This record gives sequence, structure tokens and C-alpha cells, in this order.
Amino acid sequence: MMIKILLFANLAQQAETERVSIEVKSPLSVEEVRNMLQNQIGKLSGIENALVAVNEEYVDLTDQVNDGDTVAFIPPVSGG
Amino acid sequence: MKRFNITEKSINNQEVIDQVVHHNAGAISVFIGTVREMTGEKQTKFLHYEAYVPMAEKQLEKIGIEIQEKWPNAITAITHRIGTLQISDIAVSIAVSTPHRQDAFEASRYAIERIKEIVPIWKKEHYADGEEWVGNQKGTKTYPAGHPEGVKK
Repeated sequence: MMIKILLFANLAQQAETERVSIEVKSPLSVEEVRNMLQNQIGKLSGIENALVAVNEEYVDLTDQVNDGDTVAFIPPVSGG
Repeated sequence: MKRFNITEKSINNQEVIDQVVHHNAGAISVFIGTVREMTGEKQTKFLHYEAYVPMAEKQLEKIGIEIQEKWPNAITAITHRIGTLQISDIAVSIAVSTPHRQDAFEASRYAIERIKEIVPIWKKEHYADGEEWVGNQKGTKTYPAGHPEGVKK
């Protein structure tokens, strides 16, 4: 199954991309997605302080991610 | 025009205000956020804003719902600009109408503070001597719950 990952601001800058797909065998937690992402593309400094949204809603690190979900890592925001 | 809007175009304040006009409103409070040149000793040349657009618009809409719960009969409209902005450009325009003025003042203040907490928009400062993503990205603020306080899942 496939999970889509979105990166923004300094995380996208470090990764040199805004979109990453990861292939997983079974549903997993948000925290596991965060680990797999960094195994695939390398360590992203500050990602542990990013909020996480699944399908455009904020979630907890322990929440489950399923096939086809979009996981967004949201560095501390600075709009306004 | 959408009441909760992320745009790449320059903001027309009147268009935001027009969306909250109501025959039972006695007040419309407008907050306009603009690009500042000097922050302490640092001189901004220009800014770049980036957003997770569909989620940002949803979060703006949530702020509108929160305001309606806190200040009954309040109507809110918010437009935030993204892309490259020059000094004095309008970054965000917020209009809130309410039956009485005190609520309008309070609610518009609430809206801008809440934007800075929950809406996925990021500002990159281009200073005279370098550039930096703003937003406490040095790890001094953490979210142990994984999401901002007060955000309903």
C-alpha cells in the first residue's frame, strides 16, 4: 500500500522536494511513517517539532495511517 | 469570492468586508496585517509565504466556526495572501461583523491570534543579510500532543 507525504517550509527545503511516496505492507502509526520517511530520504532536522495532519486534519503521533492517506508534516506555522 | 480564502493575488479589503455585511450587524471590525520592514535591527527586503492551501482554508473556516460559538451572530471572513510580498503589502485581511462593537473587536483579535496557531501557512523572511523560515523552527516550541491546543480532531 502507498502513503503520500507532504513537506513544507524548511522540511521541504531540506528534503529538496515537497512530495514523497512510501510503500508499506500494513497500516502503521504516524510516528512510524515519520521514521520510515527519514529512513528513505535522510534525517530531517526539526521534523520532531512538526505537527502532523492526515488528509488535512491534525492527528496524534499514535494515530493510524491507512492505504492512500496523505500525511503532511507541518512545521510551526507563521502566517498572519 | 470565498469567505475563507488563500490567494496569490493582492488583497482587496473591501471585498473581504463586503462578505460580512448583515442587516443585524452594528459593527464590523477589520484587521489588516501588512509586511513590516524593520524587526529590531533586521531589515526585511521582501517576504515569501507558502501554505498547505486546502488545509489552510479549512482551518480558516474552523476559526470562523469558533468565533461564532464564542460570539453569537458573528460573521467572519478571512483572506490570506501567499507568494512574494513587498514591504507594506497586505498579507492578511480579517473582517468580523457582530451586533455590538465590543464583540467585533474581540473576535477580530481572536482570529489573527488563532491564525498564528493553527493555520498551515509559513513565512520566509528575505533580510538584507540572508533568509530564514520564520515560525520557531529552532525547536524551542514543541507540541507533545502532536497537534495544537484546542484543535478538535
